[in-house]
Amino acid sequence: MHSAAASSGLKLASVSLSLGTRQLLTIDETIPQGCVLTLMGESGSGKSSLLDFIAGFLAPAFTAEGKIVLNGRDITDTPPQNRRTGLMFQSPLLFPHMTVLGNLLFALPAKGLTASQRRAEAEAALTEVGLEGLGERDPATLSGGQQTRAALMRLILAQPEALLLDEPFSSLDRARRQETRELVFSIARQRNLPVLLVTHDPEDAEAAGGSVITL
Amino acid sequence: MALWPKAIIIGLLAGPVVTGLVGTLVPAFGYLPALGSTEVSIAPFRAAFNAPGMLTSIGLSLGTGLAATALSLLIVILFTAGWLGAQIFSRISRFLAPLLAIPHAATAFALAFLIAPSGFLMRLFSPWATGFERPPDVLILNDPYGIAMTAGLVLKEVPFLFLMMLAALPQSRVLELTKVVTNLGYGRIKGFLCVVVPQIYPQIRLPIFAVLAYSTSVVDVAMILGPTTPPPLAPRILGWLFDPEPAIRFQASAAAILQIGVTGAAILVWVAGETVCKTLAEPMYRSGNRGPKDGLQRWLAVSFMTGSMIAVVGGFAVLGVWSFSDGWWFPELFPSAFGLDHWQSALKDNNGTILTTAVIAMVSAVPSLLLVVWLLEAHTRENAKPGPLLRGILFIPLLVPQVCFLFGLHVALVYLGLDGTWFAVALAHAVFVLPYVFLALTDPWDHLDPRFGRIAASLGASTQRIFWRIRLPLLLQPLLVALAIGLAVSVAQYLPTIVIGAGRVTTITTESLALASGGNRPALAVYALLQLVLPLFSFAVALMLPALVFRNRSAMRPASSF
Repeated sequence: MHSAAASSGLKLASVSLSLGTRQLLTIDETIPQGCVLTLMGESGSGKSSLLDFIAGFLAPAFTAEGKIVLNGRDITDTPPQNRRTGLMFQSPLLFPHMTVLGNLLFALPAKGLTASQRRAEAEAALTEVGLEGLGERDPATLSGGQQTRAALMRLILAQPEALLLDEPFSSLDRARRQETRELVFSIARQRNLPVLLVTHDPEDAEAAGGSVITL
Repeated sequence: MALWPKAIIIGLLAGPVVTGLVGTLVPAFGYLPALGSTEVSIAPFRAAFNAPGMLTSIGLSLGTGLAATALSLLIVILFTAGWLGAQIFSRISRFLAPLLAIPHAATAFALAFLIAPSGFLMRLFSPWATGFERPPDVLILNDPYGIAMTAGLVLKEVPFLFLMMLAALPQSRVLELTKVVTNLGYGRIKGFLCVVVPQIYPQIRLPIFAVLAYSTSVVDVAMILGPTTPPPLAPRILGWLFDPEPAIRFQASAAAILQIGVTGAAILVWVAGETVCKTLAEPMYRSGNRGPKDGLQRWLAVSFMTGSMIAVVGGFAVLGVWSFSDGWWFPELFPSAFGLDHWQSALKDNNGTILTTAVIAMVSAVPSLLLVVWLLEAHTRENAKPGPLLRGILFIPLLVPQVCFLFGLHVALVYLGLDGTWFAVALAHAVFVLPYVFLALTDPWDHLDPRFGRIAASLGASTQRIFWRIRLPLLLQPLLVALAIGLAVSVAQYLPTIVIGAGRVTTITTESLALASGGNRPALAVYALLQLVLPLFSFAVALMLPALVFRNRSAMRPASSF
């Protein structure tokens, strides 16, 4: 598709994860920009640990081999705060002591904008996911779906180069789940982000549309 | 059912505090028929204010207390922020319980033997580097600004605040939140300050106030390491309390009331500081600055943390050598001769002091533990938890400066004919022992899986049987640790022992303070070390006995959560 296709996207080069002597998974895949790769499997299959490994949070009990290359950058040994791999958790985890807007401003990099420009950018992000006017609210007063959308935009404002989704829809009810899922995928596609989705819901995999690996 | 233990606990804590405060307040206005004065006046306050150097004393109490609290908190927060989840973090947390068991006075002696002009550090560099053939004539200990005293307080408050921090962490999804901020690109320390500290600060605020109240009114550490011309307020008050001249005793009562004001002022300053920090933090949250380069702060934090532990352990090693020495001249690195004289004299000729210490510790700690267990079990049976009111009352003895109510309590005990008895001393110790026993036991008790009790009940076990056969064995280790903490707190008490005991009850701690002003360093070292023996022995039992009893039960092994 792109001329830079060889080096763009999220590349997992011969990655294998083990817990003690037990090998959990091996994977050798490249997720091109704007595409989704879905990982399905039982709990304990190591799929969440793979996301931890990519984001730089692998627990010391695990051992990992292989390389992670993001848009041509080898991030295997990069400190987690410098990887730009946006991780979405099972629960939204909005910071409870900040407002919704405060959460977004916390994520927006400094990059020489004035306070009012920053605010405008964060408010635009809220509007993009239908949360306009809710910026000054306490995050706890938002519905589950709204919290997930706010958490998504918090992540997007931090300008990640890839999205790692750890069953982010599992806490939502059926109707919200479909709507939120479509929103997440369309925002990822617009921004040309490679997405790695971990789930055990076949509907998630179907909606994602990309290739599916079952562990 | 929870009414009875609650009433007894409240009576046991609030009774002495309130009686003591009244007993201090009344003579502060010149009224004390026992001393032949029935005229109400503000003369004692005027006398206290006019005492030479009074403003300096007040300033020292405020300054050293605030500085020690702020420094300790800073070290604990930066260390937790920089190293949570790292191996060194779990290693250092394991070191905490024994450090916490060491009495304040003993820590102060350890530091003194290390940094004094004739101390071990100076010997290490003399005469080859410093050129000193005799101890230099500088005030390293008892310096007029209270720097040594502040350092001594920090050594002891860091473990306490760190433990409070560890207790608060699991309740705030700290590990998950830390992942989120790191994933957003924040450095460890900046992320922790922005996201975790606001969650846990409310939970450690009351312990911080307790540290502040303690540090602004401390007597024993101030006597060992603090300035002397003039000393901080609290040790001055103690000096006046036992003055044969009645007018000076009235002045002491007035100054004790003043001490409440000083501690209150320190807390107000702290609260104002909290507001300033909060205001300054708000734009920091919203600026988007990631604080990526925090390597220096992280290394500073770990150096302070390990440095303070090495200082304590090293200080006790020096005390150990001193206690066996028989002649150790400056600037020699080791004693010229060794002997057992001082240990023999303490253990044989003077073993009444050790016995008194142990008996008072048991008589204050064991009933405290029974009361707390009674309360917690009653709450469990009623499916309730100790409310904020009870928690507040438990913190009162830790928030009101000791010197403010102990004198009044002493006066009341004189009327009852109980003053100067070891039983009265044990009762006064219990006022401080009970809150710590409660703090130590309530978390593990609440975290015990309630389903064990329900399963036992569904198998037909009575509530009595569930208590004796299920809950107590499962909680054996926390129960023993709480008892060990209670014993340690009792052994550490100086002011209650000297005031309520009216100088007639001698414990290891009062004996070590009495020796502090004399020149017999080996004897002082023996008593400073003896302060460790009972607390460390009971902690060792608390760690080893459950391991022995449950040696074939792997699920009963203590797990460390961090």
